Amino acid sequence: MVSLIPQPHPRERRVIFENISRPGWSNDIDTYVAHGGYEQLRKALGMQPQEIVDAVKAANLRGRGGAGFPCGIKWSFIKRDDGKPHYIVVNGDESEPGTFKDRYILHNDPHQLVEGVLIAAWALNVKLAYIYIRCEFPHAAKIVWNAIKEAKARGFVGKNILGSGFDCDIYVHQGAAAYICGEETSLIESLEGKRPYPRIKPPYFPAVLGLYMSPTIVNNVETLCHVVHILRMGPEEYSKMGTPGDGGTRTMCVSGDVMRPGYYELPAGAVTLGELINDVCGGLRPGRKLKAVIPGGSSAKVMRADEVYKIKGADGVEKEIPMLDVRMDAATLASVGTMVGSGGVMVMDDSRDMVWALNNLNQFYAHESCGQCTPCREGSLWMSKVTTRIMAGEGVASDPANLKTIADNIAGRTVCAFGEACSWPTQSFLAKFPEEFAAAASGGK
Amino acid sequence: MTTDSTSRQADQIPPELLAEIEERITHYPVSKRSASLPLLHLWQNHFGFVDDTGIEWIATKLELQPVNIYELVTFYPWFRREAAGKTIIRVCRTLACAMAGSYQVREKFCAATGVDPHDHSHGFGHAPPTSPDGKFSVEFVECLASCGSAPVALINDDLHERITPETVETIVKELAS
Ligand SMILES: Cc1cc2nc3c(=O)[nH]c(=O)nc-3n(C[C@H](O)[C@H](O)[C@H](O)COP(=O)(O)O)c2cc1C
Ligand code: SF4
Ligand code: FES
Repeated sequence: MVSLIPQPHPRERRVIFENISRPGWSNDIDTYVAHGGYEQLRKALGMQPQEIVDAVKAANLRGRGGAGFPCGIKWSFIKRDDGKPHYIVVNGDESEPGTFKDRYILHNDPHQLVEGVLIAAWALNVKLAYIYIRCEFPHAAKIVWNAIKEAKARGFVGKNILGSGFDCDIYVHQGAAAYICGEETSLIESLEGKRPYPRIKPPYFPAVLGLYMSPTIVNNVETLCHVVHILRMGPEEYSKMGTPGDGGTRTMCVSGDVMRPGYYELPAGAVTLGELINDVCGGLRPGRKLKAVIPGGSSAKVMRADEVYKIKGADGVEKEIPMLDVRMDAATLASVGTMVGSGGVMVMDDSRDMVWALNNLNQFYAHESCGQCTPCREGSLWMSKVTTRIMAGEGVASDPANLKTIADNIAGRTVCAFGEACSWPTQSFLAKFPEEFAAAASGGK
Repeated sequence: MTTDSTSRQADQIPPELLAEIEERITHYPVSKRSASLPLLHLWQNHFGFVDDTGIEWIATKLELQPVNIYELVTFYPWFRREAAGKTIIRVCRTLACAMAGSYQVREKFCAATGVDPHDHSHGFGHAPPTSPDGKFSVEFVECLASCGSAPVALINDDLHERITPETVETIVKELAS
């Protein structure tokens, strides 16, 4: 059904993708249960809810949807006994260009997600959860829906789960092809049946005023799957797989100019960018040199291959490291001015034109802005028009400066983080490859 | 929108569709309005598009105003108020796929199906560019979350990966048969 499941690379540590890589694996409940499935749910129901929240905190699990917020801290915003209804909404919108991991979980290991949702539901006193899946995954919606039915038939979902007295229902909800629905408050509006205009924070933090204005936890598909393994391994062993601030494994989705694109599950920070590209992904095509990498989904700021970064080591001493030596974990990528984001690593070799690449992304953002705020609606369109014009050979010398001004006037001035997402590519491409933009704008194309 | 009295979708709801609609509404015990998107999906899957009577019918069913449904059909790119081709080919346009040749792939699909490659009409409830015989629609869409096997296209419900200009012909032949 979904083809891309290469055998693990020796550097990988498959936890989330362990089942999927098993020979003869299938996505039905019998196979899942035969490999220990739903045992962590059973264990969870015997634990105090607070113990689960504490375990997720101690595991240093960060959200895998893009923003990287510490999951346990997010969960602790929910007051379990405040008398209000609470909801979980699973973000299966997976639309950030470069990201392709939730697709495989949803298609090939839906029960892992359902188990994660149920554990979270018990911990947060949630009786109703929705799994929001982008409609471009029609098979995934059917597969997950079928998994929920199978789980219900076994007493894992619905009333009095495993005799615990705890009730929880889960439903699948399909999107309708709008990238903005991945933004959590937009996703909630969409789930409420409205145009998906993001809500302004404050006051609309989902954990306070979320779905139906009730406390709601929005988590990415992969994030909730990690919860199952935190319980299975124990937070200490689990967190040891990563770095101190970024526990567990991270799925790196590598696309573009490498010999072996695909997803690779690696302990957070276990490899450098160079090891990821050259070792894990088999390097570049013959005769090609690396030019640029977008490390965490298209919104992450681009890195240039000959860049040297100054970062502080664990000993507090600042040192210079080349781009290929940057470790792939949340803190390191943040310290070099970009982000690990959703794990979408897009690699570009020296055959690529940076103006062309930025124009492609600008067209994406111009198409996907929800249109609610003027700087984003107008700015994303202008940026796209300017780079399109440059590509048509009709640029003017002031275009790069204009692009920067437009981008600078979007970021920080909008309702949602799409404003940053659409301006960071333009800002970073211009800052890192000024000579290419200058040449192209002055008729070089 | 053209809705003459003989083709009103709202007058042609089969019992199975109605049963599915009723069942789907039960998934949203807190607010029926949440069923708007699911109902639009069920409607479009059955009729191929959503006409004005569909918009009104869904609104009435969910105790909403027609505008509450209309504004969804005109916002979300998935929904349309006009018929599309029987087979809809959605080629990914975004960076990883573009690097792997998706622009050429889209043009090949257009050539193989008879869809005008210069037609980019899209969104606001319009159908994607469609071949004169009504068999195919071809459109560019944004990242389909399969960038590792670029270039890709979603053809009806199925994802096709690592498409090359050469495999386009084969895919279209198989679809046409
Ligand atoms: C424009 C935009 C698009 C987003 N798209 C997605 C997405 O497709 N999937 C996702 O899980 N999170 C996405 N997010 C992040 C969500 O808003 C939210 O932070 C996340 O779902 C929280 O889950 P996590 O803490 O488990 O990562 C997006 C954010 C923004 C601003
Ligand atoms: S920043 Fe853009 S996407 Fe976000 S609410 Fe404003 S217009 Fe919409
Ligand atoms: S860029 Fe085409 S699937 Fe992501």
